[in-house]
Amino acid sequence: MISLIATRILSAIPVMGVVALIVFFMLRLSGDPAAILAGDTASSEQVDRIRVSLGLTKPLYEQFFGWIVQLLRFDLGTSLFTGLPVTTLIAQRIEPTAMLALTTIIFSVLVAVPMGVLAAWKSGGWIDRLVMVVCVLGFSVPVFVMGYFLIFNFAITLRWFPVQGYTSPFTDFGRFLTQITLPTLTLSFIYIALIARITRASVIEVLGEDYIRTARAKGQIELKVLFRHALKNAAVPIVTVIGLGVALLIGGVVVTESVYNIPGLGRLVVDAITRRDYPIIQGLILFFALIYVVLNLIIDIVYTLVDPRIRY
Amino acid sequence: MSAPAVTLPAARLTGLFPFLNRYPLVAIAGIVLSAIMLAAVLAPFMFTRDPTAIMPLQRLKPASELSWLGTDHLGRDVWSRLVYGARVSVLVGLSVAALSIGLGLVIGLVAGYIRWLDAIVMRVMDGLMAIPGILLAIALVSVSGASLMTVIIAIMVPEIPRVVRLVRSVVLTVREEPYVEAAVSVGTKLPLILIRHILPNCIPPLIVQATYVCASAMLTEAILSFLGAGTPPSIPSWGNMVAEGRLLFQIAPWNLLWPGVALAVTILSVNVLGDGLRDRLDPKLAKRM
Amino acid sequence: MSISRRDLMAGAAALTGGLVGGLARPDLALAQAAPKGTLRVIPHAALTILDPVATTGYIVRNHGYLVYDTLFAQDENLAVKPQMASGVEVSADKLTYRITLRDGLIWHDDTAVTADDCASSLIRWGKVDGMGRRLFTYVESVTSDGPKVIVMKLKTPYGLVMESIGKLSTNVPFMMPKRLADKPTTERLSADEQIGSGPFRFVKGDFRPGARVVYERNGKYVPRTEPASNAAGGKVVHLERVEWVNFPDPNTALNALVSGEVDYYEQIPADLLPIVSRAPGVKVQNFNPLGNIGMARFNNISGPTANPAIRRAIAKAINQSELLKVAIGNPDFYKTCYSVYPCGTTFDNTAGSELMAKSSLDEARAMLKAAGYNGEKIVLLATTDIPVQSAMAQYTADVLKRIGMNVDAQAMDWATVLQRRTSRNPTDQGGWSMFFTWWEGADVLDPVIQFALSGLGTEGAWVGWSTDPDMEKLRTQYAEAGSLADQKRIASAVQARQFEQNFQVYTGQFFVPTGFRDNVSGILNAPPFFWNIKKA
Repeated sequence: MISLIATRILSAIPVMGVVALIVFFMLRLSGDPAAILAGDTASSEQVDRIRVSLGLTKPLYEQFFGWIVQLLRFDLGTSLFTGLPVTTLIAQRIEPTAMLALTTIIFSVLVAVPMGVLAAWKSGGWIDRLVMVVCVLGFSVPVFVMGYFLIFNFAITLRWFPVQGYTSPFTDFGRFLTQITLPTLTLSFIYIALIARITRASVIEVLGEDYIRTARAKGQIELKVLFRHALKNAAVPIVTVIGLGVALLIGGVVVTESVYNIPGLGRLVVDAITRRDYPIIQGLILFFALIYVVLNLIIDIVYTLVDPRIRY
Repeated sequence: MSAPAVTLPAARLTGLFPFLNRYPLVAIAGIVLSAIMLAAVLAPFMFTRDPTAIMPLQRLKPASELSWLGTDHLGRDVWSRLVYGARVSVLVGLSVAALSIGLGLVIGLVAGYIRWLDAIVMRVMDGLMAIPGILLAIALVSVSGASLMTVIIAIMVPEIPRVVRLVRSVVLTVREEPYVEAAVSVGTKLPLILIRHILPNCIPPLIVQATYVCASAMLTEAILSFLGAGTPPSIPSWGNMVAEGRLLFQIAPWNLLWPGVALAVTILSVNVLGDGLRDRLDPKLAKRM
Repeated sequence: MSISRRDLMAGAAALTGGLVGGLARPDLALAQAAPKGTLRVIPHAALTILDPVATTGYIVRNHGYLVYDTLFAQDENLAVKPQMASGVEVSADKLTYRITLRDGLIWHDDTAVTADDCASSLIRWGKVDGMGRRLFTYVESVTSDGPKVIVMKLKTPYGLVMESIGKLSTNVPFMMPKRLADKPTTERLSADEQIGSGPFRFVKGDFRPGARVVYERNGKYVPRTEPASNAAGGKVVHLERVEWVNFPDPNTALNALVSGEVDYYEQIPADLLPIVSRAPGVKVQNFNPLGNIGMARFNNISGPTANPAIRRAIAKAINQSELLKVAIGNPDFYKTCYSVYPCGTTFDNTAGSELMAKSSLDEARAMLKAAGYNGEKIVLLATTDIPVQSAMAQYTADVLKRIGMNVDAQAMDWATVLQRRTSRNPTDQGGWSMFFTWWEGADVLDPVIQFALSGLGTEGAWVGWSTDPDMEKLRTQYAEAGSLADQKRIASAVQARQFEQNFQVYTGQFFVPTGFRDNVSGILNAPPFFWNIKKA
């Protein structure tokens, strides 16, 4: 077990290295923030002086290795605009994003897994078709169109929910719930589609296996068979897709945060990109990649616990 | 010993009609998509005007005889933009699908077969996959300027790793098959093995994958426009129409509604078609998905 | 393991219950208004750079007015009045200005404001601001005489000393402690260094760049006794706290104002006004009578637009009323303005204005041909992320195509425009021909304050490098003019010269309405200042 974890962690290092390389050189392809920092009336010479003061005129390899050395000290650098450390900025913004991701995953799993199991159970029936329609719709409607639709109906017309904003659950849980509901529904749509689909497929596959037939023959009640045997054995692909879906979720978070004005990491990175605030962009993309890698690492380990057949 | 699982096109066609009978939804999706493609090709003859012509006095007018679906904030005709926009969306969808499948196929084939390369290529692919695709795309468009070409490339790059993984998994299964080993043992050259024996096995899952890539590319194009990193505003794309229309959706809802519906219907059709193709071409995958 | 999974499920069930519970209890969802004494504001942009002197940008200027104070300030009639100063003595030879500080001025770190601090602050501003740089070509030294008196010595007399250091808009000569003012202008003041003497304090702990900025009342601020008038007069604060909350989406922003979740929305897109007019409890008013002046700036030194005759033809083709219609929409919030100064202000005049007042595509085509235009590519830097600029660029591209120009409208975000426009290369090597922007009226009031009129070329003009020694002579004459009549005469001559040379095309005057809840009163006819405002 320990050697498994150790190998997996070691194998994550080159992946993160590749991410660092891609991000760094992609951002240096063109443009830097000196002109924005200098302001509207600045001359080309003033812009050049700022560029020098930011160290952007040093050779690329020097900048890159400087950054890597910094990273190894767990220092993501400071924002070129505000002068605040990137780690501080992440710490300020992580809670709303984490909460939104969490509510979305929990809500999606709670809705999608029973949906998928029911669809598989009555495969070919009307429930199944309905579920599949929902799934295809989930993949087809742009997140922000969904967001505006929900806001218009439930926040503006019916006034059931606030239009925007975020409150920490630790300060006011009730308000947190009312504010997080619409964003969660918006973001969950595509995730529900993804999970329901994979659940349905995995359960259908498991239902064809011999031991299920045996269980059925032994006269065990259908639903019990479904949830005890079928779902348990279908857990691996479901957990996998939740892990892989995190990348998808982060993409959705970026849009959802804009629509609902949630001050999270997604908006931080989009704003940083439009301003070319390199340290924030680099730091955040690395951070997202790290979450993805770590989460998938955890899932790999969970596999071996969920499914004794899998050994590394 | 011959390569299995490759049916000839002719054989496929004879089975097409019963297949469509069994899947009426797929038939509808096919018709819808054909109609959209036709409209895109014949755009100038679809009772359209210049989709970029700005008419200051006509701005934000609701549907009328002059403009069937109303006008946008620059007085441009929404119907014309919708029809011409189909060209852009279809172009983005198809070219991203073709390019990412093409590149992914080459990389996947080579990586799957040449072991020492495999480790390097897969680490790069893992790295690419770990970066949220939408952020990678925004950053790519921001640094290299908004144009249709950069948008296509930006959407394509994050799709490649998935294709590579798919191809590689097929290669890894097939390379152990006896007929491939036989070919190797008689000294067949590597490119020939890849093309003759391994490639055919990759095609069916890739066609299915292509439809999903196509659908998600159209969706991503819209999201990029929403985030202000999409195709230039002078190009009438559905994504641009939705992104510009959302600002005034409480005043002139038709600017968000029509392109939104067009986008959703098209993507829906592509997805339905993809599901149908998967059932048809790749029964094994169909069972697993 | 099964236990942990059960825990997870239980937690999830609780959460779903909450989601559904939220649905069932609509009262919970009602908008939460800002507490009493707190004004929740949607500013027009995100504040990320905190140094109001080292960079331009209206959002940084507005931040500056909360935290910092100025020696002098302009009132409603744009007359320069003392603010931190109690007065100024000018020597008979007009070479020495002795500015005395009024009593009771302290920095936010509780140390006293000294003349030394202010002298350093003026010097730092003089390195960055266009008008400041011009002033400092006349300045021999800025020093202090004791803790209260700032002494500015000139080499030769200069007519705009007070207009410069009493400047209303960006870059404003804000005062700060010497240790901050001594920072090089290539470096920016950080969140730790927000020490001013203004009526509000910057709350560092609540600063969420791009999302939220919080200011609290500076209890130790001593306002002047005169009534508040624009930036002059007593800055009396009635609020305890001002919170700037950023909204990336104007629909969400407007809905938050309508539902009472925010109190003040600085700039509502004019097209969205019908929504507000239906909403109870919301008022809309324009607090900037000068409005904004749109500009399409040419590259004056490379590409086809280096030829003044071609620039003139383009100016002829652009129809202000059409452009304003697509860019702003609601005719209540724009007007055509064929002067280079804001219409309705002192120097507004008609010299040379028939060029644009009688726009004509046919004439423009003929002028283009006469200018020898031969299909050379003209590159527009078309901003995508600022709707007004985007519409201006798309309209211009359309018009230029119609007069037969070879237009390449390159779409990019504003950040890229700012970079690309510094390039002096030919248009096929990353260069450019035109970009689109606007200035607040206060920044284009006269020939000197209007940076875009500078003819110093690559030696100090705005990007676009307008080069014209005759124009510079006129501007110097203006700066040294003795009477208002002379100033007016020279301002007209400057305008006539601009409409011959066309450093830029003026694209009209527009106004941006501010929305606020009906319990908010006392908003000044000024940039968004937050003193004098009461919230019932």
